[in-house]
Amino acid sequence: MYKNAEDLLKMAKEQGKRVWEVAVDEEIKLTGTTREKLMAHFSDRLDIMFNSARKALMQKQTTKGSLIDGVSMTQYVYSKGDTISGNYINYVMSLAYSCSEVNASMGKICASPTAGSCGIVPAVLLGVMENKNVSREKVLEGLITASAVGGIYTANATVAGADGGCQAECGVASSMAAAAAAYMMGADDDRCFDAAGFAMINVMGLVCDPVAGLVALPCAQRNASGAVNALISADMALAGQIAHIPFDQVVESMAKVGKMLPPQLRETAQGGIATTPAGLAIYKEIFG
Amino acid sequence: MNVSLLDVVGPVMIGPSSSHTAGAAKLAKTARLIYNKPFNRVEFGLGGSFAKTYRGHFTDYALVAGAMGMSEDDENLSRSFDVAKEQGITFRFYPRDIQSEYENTARITFYNDEEHTAFYVEGASLGGGRILVTSINGLACEVNATSPTIIVQQHDVAGVVSEVSTILAENGINIGIMKVGRDTRGGTAYCIIECDEFIDPAIMKKLRAAKNVLSATVVNIKAE
Repeated sequence: MYKNAEDLLKMAKEQGKRVWEVAVDEEIKLTGTTREKLMAHFSDRLDIMFNSARKALMQKQTTKGSLIDGVSMTQYVYSKGDTISGNYINYVMSLAYSCSEVNASMGKICASPTAGSCGIVPAVLLGVMENKNVSREKVLEGLITASAVGGIYTANATVAGADGGCQAECGVASSMAAAAAAYMMGADDDRCFDAAGFAMINVMGLVCDPVAGLVALPCAQRNASGAVNALISADMALAGQIAHIPFDQVVESMAKVGKMLPPQLRETAQGGIATTPAGLAIYKEIFG
Repeated sequence: MNVSLLDVVGPVMIGPSSSHTAGAAKLAKTARLIYNKPFNRVEFGLGGSFAKTYRGHFTDYALVAGAMGMSEDDENLSRSFDVAKEQGITFRFYPRDIQSEYENTARITFYNDEEHTAFYVEGASLGGGRILVTSINGLACEVNATSPTIIVQQHDVAGVVSEVSTILAENGINIGIMKVGRDTRGGTAYCIIECDEFIDPAIMKKLRAAKNVLSATVVNIKAE
């Protein structure tokens, strides 16, 4: 069994397999499931992800506190017109927003790796699939690659905002999605992990500061920016930018940074934008 | 690395929080499966972070949904208060100091006012949708409800555990993990048995009929 990216990449090379194939083999050994059942689970989860990424594009959802009602539709409508960063980037943002809106309105989502960061992986998978005509099979392989990346964070760092701040939730989701995006664009496994590393480095230290303690603001915005971060990080790796810092060391440093963050910046709503005058006013308005 | 890929990309759930929504629903559903009798009233004693933040994360809707038998991915979860009312079930929430090493704790008590009975299950949401049941009507235990689990209460006399395991073996049930304990010597003892397979009601009937067995409950959690 692998315990980090170095092991996983080594096993893949020795066995002449891709990282996602080794991850599947190891999952079967770990859980005793069958290949067919496991692939069916991933396929179901991909469907749930895509549904949540599309649901709010043209239908405003009602969330507690109404902080993010309609954010997806607003970005989606804008994505059709003249934009600064392009129609595609804005569309991917609207997909991530959709998942966040669905999540905050008691809709069905697939945590990846958490509910608060559930928009990033689906937005990237669906955005790249549609924009680059990637087959569903390849998207599933990308999703499994992303899961393997996420698993390495779970085992060696953390994916809980309460332990590591937002870098552990939206940061990890972005890192997972970057690996998937690179994979879907034909990158080899080393480049996929470089992409994952770039994505984490770009947001390292990001704090978790939910206004009124709700999974809404700034979570939704960070899902949108996290999805875009995944795309540009994959592009960095695909362009051949040198990573310099091995992925496992990025993971280790992220865990350390998480521990250095004071509790006020780890999901307690006692710091960051949660305690701005406007943030506190929102809290008062919702909970009295 | 001891991490399942399906725990990384998962759980599939109703938002917004895996610990405060999905875990709450799963804990209450597990409590209902353990109780498994009719009730007209259910009360939720909330400890730690559950008590402080339950409204923002819909922990209240999730708990009622679970008590009504819904899973954490049931799209009717947001309608759970109405579902309970439709079925004539009343509910309330109150703060409760629960001794636990975990942050999100709850005591779920099912009342049958016609028969003047009350039954409670206590447990915690551990994050990522995982839960731990820590007490069943005062019986301390550790049930994480990830696989089918049998809870047997028996007289603390020689041979009962062997009888229970023989019944399971004869019916092709492999015991994954088995924990045995008791309140006092010669008093009431219990076995908590985690299995790999779905437990058929016929097997439970045989367990209940066994000599010195006081009760046998099954929590048939869908195994992955």
